[in-house]
Amino acid sequence: MSDELGEGEERRGWFRRLKDGLAKSSSKLVGGISGVFTTKRLDEASLEELEDVLITADLGIETSARLIASLSKAKFGKDVTDEEVRTSFAEEIAEILRPAARPLDVATGRKPHIVLMVGVNGSGKTTTIGKLAKQFKDRGLSVMMAAGDTFRAAAIEQLQVWGERTGTPVIAKAQGSDAAALAFDAINEAKAAGADVLLIDTAGRLQNRAELMEELAKVIRVIRKQDETAPHDCVLVLDGTVGQNAHNQVKAFKEMVAVSGLVITKLDGSTRGGVVVALADQFELPVHAVGVGESAEDLQPFDADRFARDLMGLE
Amino acid sequence: MFDSLQNRLGDVFDRLKKRGALKEADVTAALREVRVALLEADVALPVVKEFVDKVRERAIGQEVIKSVSPGQQVIKIVHDNLVEMLGTDSSGINLNAVPPVPILMVGLQGGGKTTSTAKLAKRLKERDRKKVLMASLDIYRPAAREQLRVLGEQIDVATLPISENETPVSIAKRAMTAGKLQGFDVVMLDTAGRLSIDESMMDEVIQVRDAVKPAETILVADAMTGQDAVTTARNFNERVGLTGIVLTRMDGDARGGAALSMRAVTGVPIKAVGVGERADALEDFHPERVAGRILGMGDVVSLVEKAAETIEVEEAERIAKKMQKGAFDLEDMLSQLRQVKKMGGLGGVMSMLPGMGKLQKQMAGANMDDSVIKKQEAIILSMTKVERKNVKLMNASRRRRIAAGSGTSVQEVNKLLKQHQDMTRVMKQMGKMGGMKGLGALLGGGGGMPGMPSPGQMPGQLPSGLGGKGMPKLPGGMLPPGFPGKK
Repeated sequence: MSDELGEGEERRGWFRRLKDGLAKSSSKLVGGISGVFTTKRLDEASLEELEDVLITADLGIETSARLIASLSKAKFGKDVTDEEVRTSFAEEIAEILRPAARPLDVATGRKPHIVLMVGVNGSGKTTTIGKLAKQFKDRGLSVMMAAGDTFRAAAIEQLQVWGERTGTPVIAKAQGSDAAALAFDAINEAKAAGADVLLIDTAGRLQNRAELMEELAKVIRVIRKQDETAPHDCVLVLDGTVGQNAHNQVKAFKEMVAVSGLVITKLDGSTRGGVVVALADQFELPVHAVGVGESAEDLQPFDADRFARDLMGLE
Repeated sequence: MFDSLQNRLGDVFDRLKKRGALKEADVTAALREVRVALLEADVALPVVKEFVDKVRERAIGQEVIKSVSPGQQVIKIVHDNLVEMLGTDSSGINLNAVPPVPILMVGLQGGGKTTSTAKLAKRLKERDRKKVLMASLDIYRPAAREQLRVLGEQIDVATLPISENETPVSIAKRAMTAGKLQGFDVVMLDTAGRLSIDESMMDEVIQVRDAVKPAETILVADAMTGQDAVTTARNFNERVGLTGIVLTRMDGDARGGAALSMRAVTGVPIKAVGVGERADALEDFHPERVAGRILGMGDVVSLVEKAAETIEVEEAERIAKKMQKGAFDLEDMLSQLRQVKKMGGLGGVMSMLPGMGKLQKQMAGANMDDSVIKKQEAIILSMTKVERKNVKLMNASRRRRIAAGSGTSVQEVNKLLKQHQDMTRVMKQMGKMGGMKGLGALLGGGGGMPGMPSPGQMPGQLPSGLGGKGMPKLPGGMLPPGFPGKK
């Protein structure tokens, strides 16, 4: 992706896109904070209002309370400006997020490095796979995709379109066929073709559906028959607009299929991102990437400091 | 992970034993907990504030009814207000227009529009006997139109033939023309998913709306949506104008606060809820159930319905009869274990029961999970048919064999047998009291739960004092056999 002409130009383009997306996310949050403060004494009432602002950003009650407590400890009773409050929050948030910022590393020399994508319905798994395929391919890796969502109507066709767009082979079977068997065959083909990366799609499933989660566990068991160390990454795709249920999702998928990292999608709407902070606070999982728009370049590596500062509307 | 409101309020009111009218200080303390509960359920903050203020006004000074605690009284007030705010039971789709009646489906990406379009079409076809045509205006997402076509085939509803290089507006017009010429009653238009901030996409929907003048414009939204639900709903309502909401993924374990948020900011009714992947997994909206769920008080009605759905009635009646006679053998216990598994495991069952927050925690602490059910299943499967019918055969050598066969220990086999014995005894008593109905009985066999309260203690946990209208009551006999208190 980086060896094109006009790289600087393009890079600014992405940053702008990311910033534009997040600016929309953060404008409400920042507006809220500015509304609470210009310069005034930090007292109980203003702390409570601040906490509300964080909650509105989906940070969740626990994380919000923790941030507020830390602010209160440092600044209670003092005169503070809006800028100071924002900087203080951004620092706290970046600290929570920093350990989570780890991109998906697939250039491991394994042939293939197997990535399994899981998540609830509509979170953006298939789209994320398409975008990842493009990015890996642009980096010079040979990529294959497996259309493992054999349940949803036209999910296979959707991935095949991504295959055409990116020039990536897609291993598919008829709708309704066994997802585990498809994964098995796909690994065979990827091995034979000497592919660097194999991205396996799965059908969306709600985390409280025991029988569907069991089916996912079976896909992994079958994958391990081909390669005991696989899947090398098991990525949970989370919809950034989801509220507190995101915790249940991470917990359930982590227990059932050993999720190794997260991708957060749809972070380009209005109030967003707060859920990432809460998740990073509670689960020690890397956030590989965030989706901030519809094109392939809009799947961005996760940058903790930038994210935190953007969330707080700081330059 | 969340405490139910009941537990939270319990803590607040434990300190306060006196009765009489609800004092302002008590109400304020209680409402602080209500606020947290609502926020944890993803109800949007402005809606929470409005709601809490309303409840405060109504609650202060109310007499506490003798038989309930102040906490229960507050919950009742909160619950009743929630129900009121959530609106009435589902109203049907408005078809009062010259056919073909256009229905516009809008919503964010991944909210479930296409699936919901097909579900609604199926319902209009089967329940209202309407001839329905579906058309996808989503020219952006790869294979979106193909998805609707395949769904149309599955549910036997016509879809507009796909042609390339058409704008959404011209597809919509073509659909209406086809609807008119071919005598369709309803034309359902499935628009492309959008981010609420995306102006150009929003404009496109407005153009489509102006071109077809829909009788209904339905927002399809994910029940798991967080605080952003208000922004989305308000945006769509202000820009496009909504007439109804379909809430999807209500079969998940989200508390569904988005329902309240969206209803509050738009004022339009929730027309239906999506509860699964199949085309018939669409249900009417019941404010009382959703209110209970938002408050973390469980959704007993849904549990019973789910039970009714997954449990074979004949099998149910057969076992219920045997139970009453006290002839409940291990084969029956096995069948019950499997029923619980089918219903989404212990967690699935528990999450729908009221006041179970604490119990769920205890279960987690006691390592009570579905692996126990698996183990118990293995133990019973390692017995011969004759042994399953006649527990008395079970001598030490048989127990050793069964333990070895199931990969467990003799202690575990003994525990299961003891549990079976307890269940049989409880059921015999219940049978004598005549309180057992088939369904309730079937929830049995949850598998000995350490730390569970005995049946006699259970009612205390339930919001039994809340009176008829607001709360779904537990059907008689539902819990006791299911959750044998003796270890």
